[in-house]
Amino acid sequence: MADVALRKVVKRYDDVEAVRGIDLDIADHEFIVLVGPSGCGKSTTLRMIAGLEDISDGDIMIGGDVVNDVPPKDRDIAMVFQNYALYPHMTVAENMSFGLRLKHYPKAEIKARVTEAARLLDITDLIDRKPKQLSGGQRQRVAMGRAIVRNPKVFLFDEPLSNLDAKLRVQMRIEIKKVHQKVRTTTVYVTHDQVEAMTLADRVVVMNKGRIEQIGTPNELYHKPATRFVAGFIGSPAMNFLPCRLEDVGGTLQIRLTDRIAFALPPARAARYNTLPRTEKLLLGIRPEHLTESHAHLGPGVESFDTVLDVTEPMGMETLVYFGLDGTPVCGRVDPNAGAKDGAPMRLAMDLNNMHLLNEATGAVL
Amino acid sequence: MADVALQPDRVGTAQPARKRSSLQKALKRKSTAAFLMTLPLIILIALLVLYPAFYSLHLATLNKSMQRFVGLGNFEFLFKRDTFWLVVKQSCIFAITAVFFKALIGFIVAHFVHNIPAKGQRKWRGMLLVPWVIPPAMSTLAWLWLFDPSYSAFNYTLSFFGIGPIPWTGDAAWARFSVILVNVWYGAPFFMIMYLASLKSVPEQLYEAAAIDGANWWQRIWYVTLPMMRNIIAITTLFSLIVTFANFDIVRILTAGGPLDHTHIFATWAFRIGIEGSDIPLGASVSLFMVPILAVAAIFILRDVNKRGNEA
Repeated sequence: MADVALRKVVKRYDDVEAVRGIDLDIADHEFIVLVGPSGCGKSTTLRMIAGLEDISDGDIMIGGDVVNDVPPKDRDIAMVFQNYALYPHMTVAENMSFGLRLKHYPKAEIKARVTEAARLLDITDLIDRKPKQLSGGQRQRVAMGRAIVRNPKVFLFDEPLSNLDAKLRVQMRIEIKKVHQKVRTTTVYVTHDQVEAMTLADRVVVMNKGRIEQIGTPNELYHKPATRFVAGFIGSPAMNFLPCRLEDVGGTLQIRLTDRIAFALPPARAARYNTLPRTEKLLLGIRPEHLTESHAHLGPGVESFDTVLDVTEPMGMETLVYFGLDGTPVCGRVDPNAGAKDGAPMRLAMDLNNMHLLNEATGAVL
Repeated sequence: MADVALQPDRVGTAQPARKRSSLQKALKRKSTAAFLMTLPLIILIALLVLYPAFYSLHLATLNKSMQRFVGLGNFEFLFKRDTFWLVVKQSCIFAITAVFFKALIGFIVAHFVHNIPAKGQRKWRGMLLVPWVIPPAMSTLAWLWLFDPSYSAFNYTLSFFGIGPIPWTGDAAWARFSVILVNVWYGAPFFMIMYLASLKSVPEQLYEAAAIDGANWWQRIWYVTLPMMRNIIAITTLFSLIVTFANFDIVRILTAGGPLDHTHIFATWAFRIGIEGSDIPLGASVSLFMVPILAVAAIFILRDVNKRGNEA
């Protein structure tokens, strides 16, 4: 068990900078998820922590020691790969014990550790099988077992659930969380799936184009995104961004979306945004769940407007509605019984208490 | 088509009037069509492989003038000759040693080539394949000049170090070394290219997993590379054993079996006795001795291929 620290870590491939100066502190026992679109440098960062990639600049520390030039085998880490990377010619038990056998652990201890890990992962019956005879989910468990038996300082997961089908992915997600609750090893987990990131992490690191966009707990990222990228990346369906501007009408601050739609801001928001120049080009960020069907008793800060729906998507527990505001496509979530129909007019309500205001040019959340 | 093929065969019970239609049916069957299409090849194999094979069986049972049937007499005669047993021993030494070094050198070179950056790799792959693509008769002639006792490049170079002259093809031990060396030079590229293809198919993540598990360079080869290449190593080795065992051109050109029959292998000795010695029945008997030995190897290959097929 150990903490991990990255100091201004850079990775260059010839003339391409894949990772551009990352600073990150991971506490002991913490479950950190690196999330971002493909090519954002998250896997490269993980592989640098593992020692599978050299770092071009900066320092990586595990348990307080700089490990820049320490080979992977001496870093005391364990890694779970996307395609599991199980040795096909070894049985499950041999796969799990390979690292311990190389380090000449006593046979009795190897057996005890493998048995314990197999019990933890519920693969005791599979211990004598070859990887070929296992399903995807079982192979994933074996790969995790191989990491657990080593009892390393840090677990590294490189998109471990990407090769599984949707149902199994949800199941294994819960398994991984359970295992972490039991063994409490510091974990760095890479994924491009924001749902995985949100559900597993103590803290999520959102990466984009080789840089860290924001670090925070899942709730912080969801409710207080720092940039347009984070706001758009976290949450599904994604947050809507509507071009808008601020205007003063009769002493109250209004937000104008289109020629015919403008809403008075709730007092708390008005106070926050009052100092902004009125000429600045802004974006209103509003999540689909804050665009719902309108009804007679709207709370303070909830404003209604009329629109014509383009498409509806009934999901069962809710219906997603898509419409346009001045050419900008918008998504809302309404009650399945609210009567939303393709091409039909509908009165919707926007909850401005949960709005975000962004600078269109910089993408910063104001 | 399939349902036609599945219909019961009624040729035996058919009325004369229905005979033509059953012939049409037979022609429509997939199996019939397939047989007709492969017939040219079957005829070719029959003419060029089966007929000579059976003819040599027939020849092996005749006396030297090929006029009298002697049964297994030729074989009995061979068993009593020391030269025959010398040839058996030499063939085994030649094939096993040559294949072992071809495989070893091929494996090592494949590793080097595999680690060359992709850009320059094609060049090296091409150059290293050259020995294998030159007709062996031509390249062996070049080797013959290199081995010349008086004027060869080898002995000339060695003379600077005060070594030699070495009788490359004149002394029994050196002559055996020389034919094996040339065979290894000629055959190693084949192993190299097969092993290289196999190396490329080992997932990189297995090595990364092994590196994290604590395996050093040698342990990665022993625990990851070799097990992953096991099938290809088995097949290429057995395949090469057959080809090397039946080798003719290199020995024939380099030493012609000499000195004093000490480099003869089955094919060259059969040629010496049968063609040069004008005892065709005895030569046929010698060459037939390769059949049981090669058949065993072939069975191993086919069994291995079958096993691989079933696993997939």
